[in-house]
Amino acid sequence: MTRRKPAAAILFFVLPFGLLFIAFYLAPIGYAIKQSLYKVTRTGTFGPAREVFGGLEQYQRVFENGPFWSSIGRVLLFGVVQVPVMLGLALLLALLLDSGLVRGRAFFRLAFFVPYAIPGVIAAIMWGFLYSPNLSPFTAVTKTWDLLSADLVLWAMANVVTWVYVGYNMLIIYSALLAIPQEVYEAATLDGAGPIRTAWSVKIPLVMPAIVLTTVFSIIGTLQLLAEPQVFRTFSSAVSSTYTPNLTVYSTSSIPNFNLAAAFSVVLALATCVLSFAFLKVTQRGADK
Amino acid sequence: MKSKSAAMAIMGICTLYFLVPIWWLVVGATKSRSDFGNTAPLWFADVSLGQNLGELFRYRDGVFLRWMLNSVLYTGGAALLGTILAAMCGYALAKYRFPGREAIFNVVLGGVLVPATALALPLFLIFSQLNATNTFWSVFLPSLVNPFGVYLARIYATASVPEELLEAARLDGSGEVRTFFTVSTKLMFPALVTIFLFHFVAVWNNFLLPLIMLGNERLFPVTLGLYTWNSQVNQLPELRMLVLTGALVSIVPLVVAFLLLQRFWRSGLGSGAVK
Repeated sequence: MTRRKPAAAILFFVLPFGLLFIAFYLAPIGYAIKQSLYKVTRTGTFGPAREVFGGLEQYQRVFENGPFWSSIGRVLLFGVVQVPVMLGLALLLALLLDSGLVRGRAFFRLAFFVPYAIPGVIAAIMWGFLYSPNLSPFTAVTKTWDLLSADLVLWAMANVVTWVYVGYNMLIIYSALLAIPQEVYEAATLDGAGPIRTAWSVKIPLVMPAIVLTTVFSIIGTLQLLAEPQVFRTFSSAVSSTYTPNLTVYSTSSIPNFNLAAAFSVVLALATCVLSFAFLKVTQRGADK
Repeated sequence: MKSKSAAMAIMGICTLYFLVPIWWLVVGATKSRSDFGNTAPLWFADVSLGQNLGELFRYRDGVFLRWMLNSVLYTGGAALLGTILAAMCGYALAKYRFPGREAIFNVVLGGVLVPATALALPLFLIFSQLNATNTFWSVFLPSLVNPFGVYLARIYATASVPEELLEAARLDGSGEVRTFFTVSTKLMFPALVTIFLFHFVAVWNNFLLPLIMLGNERLFPVTLGLYTWNSQVNQLPELRMLVLTGALVSIVPLVVAFLLLQRFWRSGLGSGAVK
């Protein structure tokens, strides 16, 4: 049977998305790179501003910018602690749901998933109230520890992110668990493996692709932290305008210094791509062994 | 027996962790301003939810309802249209061989790794060149693009639309486009719901784009609106109850929709993650 080449149909299917992708994905990336290579100069103090080519000058300023790098360090610290805690909890809950030890599975699945419907801004507002000593229902906690202080506010935000995303990640891992064929378990039972042994040596290795996927999404999300710290600036003076990399981009663009802000954006996007790509490569190599 | 009770205890504690904050919000939104500070936070006092709602909907000429409507248009509208566009593109990538197919797919896949927030600032710069910032379109149009949707659509189209069926439709004289809309979309429907949900959440959670793009509060989505109210609470304490009530009103439809559509998350995520 010969295959017709429906060129017109292919164009019809691909073009609408393709054009929008070029206009609102590729063009902004290109434009940000271009802007980051320019700088604004003035003749004298009050002369008219002109945009001239500055080479890598903005990037030099990015690399010399102490607050930006401490904000990167802060979100990395956040990620190193929060991502394993969140995914560990998600994995534990998924394994428990799948273990047959729990009654009322449908209820728990729904209950854990509810926070995911709440956008980051609104979740952060809610928890900001819950952390405030004079409004919180948990006064025993908020009177002992000031959760909005400079030492603890990062972990207070980690809790907000964890609260929102555990159920979602649990659902991804749980659906991967459901896809494991029954024969695999029968083989494990014949070999005399108990439930914990089965979970550790059979289930977890088989759902590894799902765990890798959720980890990549979590790494991207962590580097992009914005809504939670932006909201927490209302509740805590410890959250500065350069607390996370994206807050730095935002505050630099409202100075306004668009060229420098563009350079921040480019560096941040590159760092995100490299980090998630590196993680994928490392875990793939581990799986090939 | 022992492990069963331990498992149930863990599930119980986690249920409290996930649901108590929402319970607190529901209770808090029913209280008057003075009761909110002075009564037990986790139980009802005199119910003045009606008053709070009335105040919320009347405040500044009903700007809150305007925000809700904007959010429906930005997120629902962009996710609906964006899902159709992503489905068409992913379907073509799965079902036709044409030059540049793999190149297009790889570029789009690279787009998945570029975080949406990294695009917000350059988008602002481009729109300001065109004098188009602070408009509905400046948030709506960029929100239509969802590379992850194309990726998922390609996987689902490969898995759920058999070649034989397309050949049969061709023999019946049905055009390619008509076949897509009448036959293929039906087969892909559960997957399309999943793509829609992913897209919806991505737009709903994208805070930087409207924050950077919009100055006119009548164009705000509800997230940005509540954020601005919340940042004025120190000067205008009466806004606190409006923020709480508004937060509750804005999440109720979403929670209901998410719970009803939950099976689509599971089926879709399962095939997406295992692929």
